[in-house]
Amino acid sequence: MHLSDHPLFVWPFMAGVVFLAVYLPLIYGKWLKKTSYNHFKILLVNFFSTETLAAIREVITESLLHLRIFRFNKKLGYMHMSLAFGWFLLIVVGKFETMLFTHDGLNQFYLPIFFKYFYPDGIPQTFKGVFFLTIMDLLLIFILSGLVLAWLKRFRSKMLGMKRTTRHIFPDRIALTFLWFIFPCRWFAESVTAGLAGTGGFFTLYSGKALASFLPLEYLFDPAWWAYSIALGGFFIALPFSRYMHIFTEVGLIFLKHWGLKTGDRENGYADFEINACSRCGICTNVCQLSADAGINHSQAVYFLRDLRYDRPSPEVTENCFLCGRCSQACPVDIGIDYLRLKQRKEEVNGAAAPYPWSLPAVRQNRSTDVLYFAGCMSHLTPGIMQSTKEVLKKAGIRYSVLDEEGGICCGRPAMQAGFADQAKAVIEATTRMIHQSGAHLLLVTCPICYKVFDEEYHLNIPVMHHSVYFNNLLHEKPELFSKSNLRMSYHDPCDLGRGSGIYMQPRETLSRIGRLVPVAHEKDDSLCCGGSLANLAITPARRSLVTDAAYSNLAASSPDYIVTSCPLCKKTFSKGNREIPVIDISEALEMSIIKGTSSGEVLKVKSGKQTVALPEA
Amino acid sequence: MNKVKDKWGFRPETSNTLDLDKTDIDWYRRIVEKIPGLQSCIFCGSCVSTCTVNRDGMSFREMHLLLRRGEVQKLEKLVAPCLLCGKCALVCPRNIDTRSVIYNLKILMYAPV
Repeated sequence: MHLSDHPLFVWPFMAGVVFLAVYLPLIYGKWLKKTSYNHFKILLVNFFSTETLAAIREVITESLLHLRIFRFNKKLGYMHMSLAFGWFLLIVVGKFETMLFTHDGLNQFYLPIFFKYFYPDGIPQTFKGVFFLTIMDLLLIFILSGLVLAWLKRFRSKMLGMKRTTRHIFPDRIALTFLWFIFPCRWFAESVTAGLAGTGGFFTLYSGKALASFLPLEYLFDPAWWAYSIALGGFFIALPFSRYMHIFTEVGLIFLKHWGLKTGDRENGYADFEINACSRCGICTNVCQLSADAGINHSQAVYFLRDLRYDRPSPEVTENCFLCGRCSQACPVDIGIDYLRLKQRKEEVNGAAAPYPWSLPAVRQNRSTDVLYFAGCMSHLTPGIMQSTKEVLKKAGIRYSVLDEEGGICCGRPAMQAGFADQAKAVIEATTRMIHQSGAHLLLVTCPICYKVFDEEYHLNIPVMHHSVYFNNLLHEKPELFSKSNLRMSYHDPCDLGRGSGIYMQPRETLSRIGRLVPVAHEKDDSLCCGGSLANLAITPARRSLVTDAAYSNLAASSPDYIVTSCPLCKKTFSKGNREIPVIDISEALEMSIIKGTSSGEVLKVKSGKQTVALPEA
Repeated sequence: MNKVKDKWGFRPETSNTLDLDKTDIDWYRRIVEKIPGLQSCIFCGSCVSTCTVNRDGMSFREMHLLLRRGEVQKLEKLVAPCLLCGKCALVCPRNIDTRSVIYNLKILMYAPV
């Protein structure tokens, strides 16, 4: 076959395809080269397993159908689906259409793309021929409708459920412009062809006839196909440098994820796939409380990942984040954003800050202790929680001792979140020794921040439990201890307990057993951060309180008698400022329900401080 | 000097006077640029009283004073034990982001850009 056998106009398209075919394997190979031998073995084992099928399923539901985006907003989901799935079908169905004519599966590569150019009037008057023409026109309408939504989203994003869209950088603009031209160009070229030939699908034929009424189509035939080819070629060449790199990278990411690579692991190349799989759809900016409440619009996951991809993000971008996990939860590509951010923080600090010989409290080994209670820094700051917890344990007749009664050291997580990993490790080792010395059978913590780090980073020989879970178990074992009241309570999910550790139901069950749980707008995995998160190292206190106010009004909307949380830091954060509804910890709510069994509710007034709460009869 | 001590049983401490024209308050300037709220500190000591690692030598109040005086070489032993738990920021009556101050100081100290 000779070069001159191909019409000239296909070359812009072919150049784009060849470029992608060379560039993408090279760059993916470069990332995968980082995979260690052990990781490679894991990949190989999982390759021959059902995980591969699961990955294919996810590629269909996420890369093509975009079901997760449908859950966020139906119109937005339709927009993404029409472009991805529609384009995919256009290529696949187009391939079958060409086979109908050439009776050869190995026909020219570009034939399905420019099919109408080569066979403008060779439509067989068979059922199959008409069927394909109709299907191809329907697919084109499908994609064009999505394109209209994409235009709308750029200018009126609220119509697609997006309060704000992502700010673009230059390569994105180039690629986007080409992309926006591809399908209108195809429509135009096919219409011109159909108008000239006088035959075609229902859609292109009528638009062709309409064009023929006022345009000299014979002069437009070649330029129209050229324009379509150039739009395609331009888009493919701009693709690897723009956000559209996600189209192919996401597929790779899904397979690697199912084959067992872990998120945030930069050494095995997975992070490179994650960073490049971000399509900058902007859903993370819409769920981020920093932009919704505090007017911070430069440090969201999408911008952090973008900076990470092209260059090093500025420390301010890396630091200005609550690590609340709302973006990771909402991300349709399932990128481990929080891990990547932590990783970047670690790199910024660069192993600095030497471990320090902290003085630890003396541990008395107590053989009669079942439960070891670690209050942590924050519970020490909110002594009410410590008292209530101890009171409930005492009333339930549980043998317990407090690890850090006379002051202890931190659990290590705040330092870890700031990137000081070595320091955190030293603390973790010291505290682990203390816990093991105590001889207890269970570690009880009242702080989700501590809980998460005990659960994930400490490798203790005894189980760890958060008090909201422990007390829920207690309620099952000894229901006679607690009484039910008519108090209405709304529950605030702490980030580290809910999204961080997946504990949603136990505290809710507890509350609905001792009072009346009222639902709030944002709850469970959509719950809001209180704004007190220690993970944000750059936000000013004033902006912090804006986030707190918004989260508080979400909880106070149904005007409950109490806002209950299970985190000392959330409680402390909400308590700052003048709040109408008292914010209490779940242990305090439980203590009330114990004492209240005999009194008429006098105790409640004392507990809630200055505020007086209208007390319905129990 | 010893004569004085023999006679009176005590002697004056060595002077803590600083020549403010010569002190290097570059770090203080950099910190204040990031956290301007620090200037509103009233040295009440709430931060120190709530501090978990105070018994290990951490004192935000003292640290702030030394920072202002430009005595940065004395800062390390004050800042090193801090685990950034953030209680000091929660109790600060002036709503200063004290945790951020220490974090940025640690960065200046250990990982200067």
